[in-house]
This record gives sequence, C-alpha cells and structure tokens, in this order.
Amino acid sequence: MSASAPPVAVARPPAVKVDAGALTARAYVYAVLVFLLLPTLIIIPMSFSPKGYLEFPPSGFTLHWYAEFFEDRRWQAATVLSFKIAFATVAATLLVGTPVAYAIVRGRLLMKPAFSVLLMGPIIVPHIAIAVALYLWLAPLGLVGSLFGFVLAHTMLALPFFVFTVASALSQIDQELEAAAMSCGASRLRAFFEVTLPLITPSVLSGSLFAFVISFDEPTISFFLSSIRDRTLPRRMFENIEHSLTPELPAIATMLTVLSVALLLGAFLLTRWEKRRRQAAPSS
Amino acid sequence: MSAGGASNAKGLGAAGSALLVAPFLILMALGFLYPLLDLLRLSVAEPELGLSNYQRLVEEPVYARVFLRTVWIAFATAVLALILGFPVAWFMARASGWTAAIVAICVLLPFWSSVLVRTAAWTIILGREGIINTALTGSGLTRQPLTLLYTQGAVLIGMTHALIPFMILPLYGALRAIPRDLERAAQVMGAGRVAVFVEIILPIARAGIVTGFLIVFLTALGFFITPALLGSPQEQMIVTLVSQQVREVLDWPFAAAIVSALTLAVVVIASLFSRYLAFDRVLGGRS
Repeated sequence: MSASAPPVAVARPPAVKVDAGALTARAYVYAVLVFLLLPTLIIIPMSFSPKGYLEFPPSGFTLHWYAEFFEDRRWQAATVLSFKIAFATVAATLLVGTPVAYAIVRGRLLMKPAFSVLLMGPIIVPHIAIAVALYLWLAPLGLVGSLFGFVLAHTMLALPFFVFTVASALSQIDQELEAAAMSCGASRLRAFFEVTLPLITPSVLSGSLFAFVISFDEPTISFFLSSIRDRTLPRRMFENIEHSLTPELPAIATMLTVLSVALLLGAFLLTRWEKRRRQAAPSS
Repeated sequence: MSAGGASNAKGLGAAGSALLVAPFLILMALGFLYPLLDLLRLSVAEPELGLSNYQRLVEEPVYARVFLRTVWIAFATAVLALILGFPVAWFMARASGWTAAIVAICVLLPFWSSVLVRTAAWTIILGREGIINTALTGSGLTRQPLTLLYTQGAVLIGMTHALIPFMILPLYGALRAIPRDLERAAQVMGAGRVAVFVEIILPIARAGIVTGFLIVFLTALGFFITPALLGSPQEQMIVTLVSQQVREVLDWPFAAAIVSALTLAVVVIASLFSRYLAFDRVLGGRS
C-alpha cells in the first residue's frame, strides 16, 4: 500500500484481492507467539541493567548483578546443592531406568498396563501431593533437606521421560544383533553393554539431560522438602520472588534459562541425530 | 530384518524382566505408593477415626469457595490455552522451512525454561512499578498504578503461559495428521472456510483438543508456583491453602485431607478419560 493511500481502505476497490481473514489469523498467531516469548526474553536485558530490574529498557550495560550472584555465599550454597541433587538424580535415573526400558522392550512384563500407569503416576498425580506426602513422611524422620528426599522425588519425576526416550530407541534396534552376540557365547549382560548400548548411547544421553533439567529446575517438591539450612536454587529463587525481587534475580534467571535451553536442545538434537543415523544405515 | 523364530527363544522371560524392574518397583513403593497411602490414612485417622477432616472441607463455606475458585481458574486456563493455542498449532502444522523452525522455537523456548523464571518475569511485568504500570502512568493514561499483580487475573495469565505448550503440542500432533488435500477437496466441492473448519478439521482434531484440554485442566488444578507467587492471599486456591496448613497452621491431617481430595479428583478424571491421555499406550501397546 502506498503512502498516499486513503486511510479508509474499504472504500477503495483492491487491485489485488487481500485475504482479510487470513491476515487477521496471521496477526493473531504472531500476537500469541509474542505472548509466549515475552516473559522469557524480557528478563535477559534486565539482567544487564545498571539500575536493576525496575528499569526497562535498560539504560546501560553491567555485569554487576552476575558478580553479586557469584560472590553471595547463600546463592552459592543453593546452587551447589541443586547441582549435587541433579547429578545424583541423573545417576539414579540411569541405574533404575535403563533396566526398566530394556524389560519393557525385550522382556515380558506381567500386568503391563498397570506398570505403565505406575511409571506415569508421578506425572498424573499433582506435584504438590507428592511434595506434601513426602514432607509428612520425611519430616518426623528428620530427613527434610536431605539429599535422599530430593533425589528420591526427582528420580520419580524424571523416570517416565528417561524410560520413554530409551525404550523408543531400543525398540528400533534389531534384536537379532543381541541374539547373534549371545549365540557366540556372550552373556545377555555383555551383549547389552557391547552391542546394544553403543547403538542407543545418544538416547541414553538425551534422557540423562532431561533428567538433569527436570531435577535442576524442579520448584514444587524442592519448596516443601527444603529445610532452613539446605535450600535448593529454585527454593531460594521462590523466596526471592516472594519477598523482594532483588536485582540479581534476572541474572540468575538468565543463566538458568541458558542452561536449561542448551541442555534440552542438546537432548533434542541427540535423539534426532540418532534417528537420522539409523535411517541412513541400511538395516541388515 | 529377518523374521526371528530363533531369537524369540532368546527373549527375556517374565522372571528376568521382573528382576530388571525390581529396583524401580522398590523406588516407587518407597517414594510414591507408601507416602500417598499414608497421607490418605492420616486424613481419616486423626484427630479421630472418621471423615471429620473431609466434613470440614465440605461444610465450611470458606473451603468450598477455595475449591470452586480453583476449579474455575483451572477451567478458564484450559479454555484460554485452547483459544490462544489452537491457531498457533494450526500454523505450526502448516508451516515449513524457516517459518516452522521459528514457530517451534517460540513454543519450545518458554516450555524449556524454568517456571520460576517465567513467574518472576510476570511479577516484573505486572507489578505496581512494573512495565505495564510504568507505561500507563508514564503516558498519562492512568494516574494511579493499576493493581494487576496478586489477582486472579495474574494467576490466569501466568498459568496459561506456563501450561499452553501442553495444549499446543498435542493439537499440533493431531492437526499435522490432516492432509492438506482434504481441505482443498472440500473447498473445491464448494464448502466455505467455516464449513471446512467445523465439518472436517474439528472432528479430526477432536481427540487432540480433548487431550490438550485435559492435560492443562488437570495440571492447573494442582499447579503450585503460579498461584503461590502471583495470586492474592485473600483469594486462596487449593494449593496455597495446603501450603498454609502444612507450613503455618501445622494441621497435617487436614492438609492430608485436602491433598487426598485433590489427588482423588485428578486421578478419577484422568482414568475416566484415560483413552485420551493414553498412559497405557505411551510405552507402545504390546499386549
């Protein structure tokens, strides 16, 4: 439309038929996409603002709030605790989840539907129910704030995602490969570790990254299971947002977002790469 | 691939399979089944044996209002997520190349970032000295800052934003399966855009809509972070009531009753509609 066009376009017969319906729909979709992205994106420039989060757009650039975070003992302790929990969750998920995925694909599970429901249980049941139930169980035992409670809860939350990722990769691997190794005298365990596992390593890694992020970002159960002394990073962030959002929070939020997005993007690319590799290789 | 007659003999038997899942079963018994059943026990065992905690929940109008408010906000969240999410899912299903990649990033980036980060952003946007109020008072549109934060509206916005990916992704799956030719064929036969949508697309996408709606609604019922940080203390929801009873009032049996009621409601709804949620088919339906 030229600049000299009259402001009321209705009166003018359009030379090219403009599909008003399609344009409106497109504008609507773009508006929703902006709504989706806005909160994630708005917090990043604020973390570099010299006057703190209250100012938008920021009037300058500083890394002061990042330094503040790294110098603060309490943030440090919370971050270290969250890393510990997340690594332990990944280890537990690997150890417990891999045999489950193998049994689902290669074994004969009795009562499979009931088993699936149990596996998905922690996703169906509200997290607050798991949080309160664990709190009421662990508090009298003095185990609130313990690594045991956090890792137990986070492993349950991570397992469905891990098992689903690994089981779907495993179901694509020809069982004959393992059978061949076993007929050559390898035990089932050795056949799994030397033949099957190398083929599904990308999916196992991908599932582990999922487990890490699920644990590291988990806010609800961490909120209830944290003690006064031992608080996870999400719990500290919760308190900070609740009381008086301090200027270092956008800096923490930015780092956390970069970390989770990078890890989950890695998980996504790993599974896709594995799928491509499988499709490229002619099946024997 | 060869048809494996011999390899079936090499398959793992029921006993071996049971052994492999044993650690998982122990973990779930310890962290899931026992704590939840004990919670249920506590809710009927104290202060005296019976349903007194549940009676209180039903009979005191304060708590009935909390339940109704929670159900209403969860329902409104699901409706809003559907209205906002459907066109995006449609667009995503029909886009290709760079457009598809950009839309996917817009949907996945918030999905992949922490709920706490997004909630913090909403407090900054909606706060008394937040972005919206600064813009409004700065431009002279309003003299006093508006109360946007700590309201039901803030909870609704924050929760919709947090849960909308759970609507868009199943819808995308359903809509992607509709061949373009089907729409074109209907249009060639003289069907208008509305007719194509109502008579062809909606029936095919129905399962995806129900799935997305259920996941958002059920998750919203028990979603803790958003009501706790964006909601009003005067207008409690189930989750904030539970938190108060557990951590401040220390009435654990009553908290156990509220949580049990919420969990039972979620589990009953989920099992009534289990074919849409397909929990038993997630792992591949090998019977």
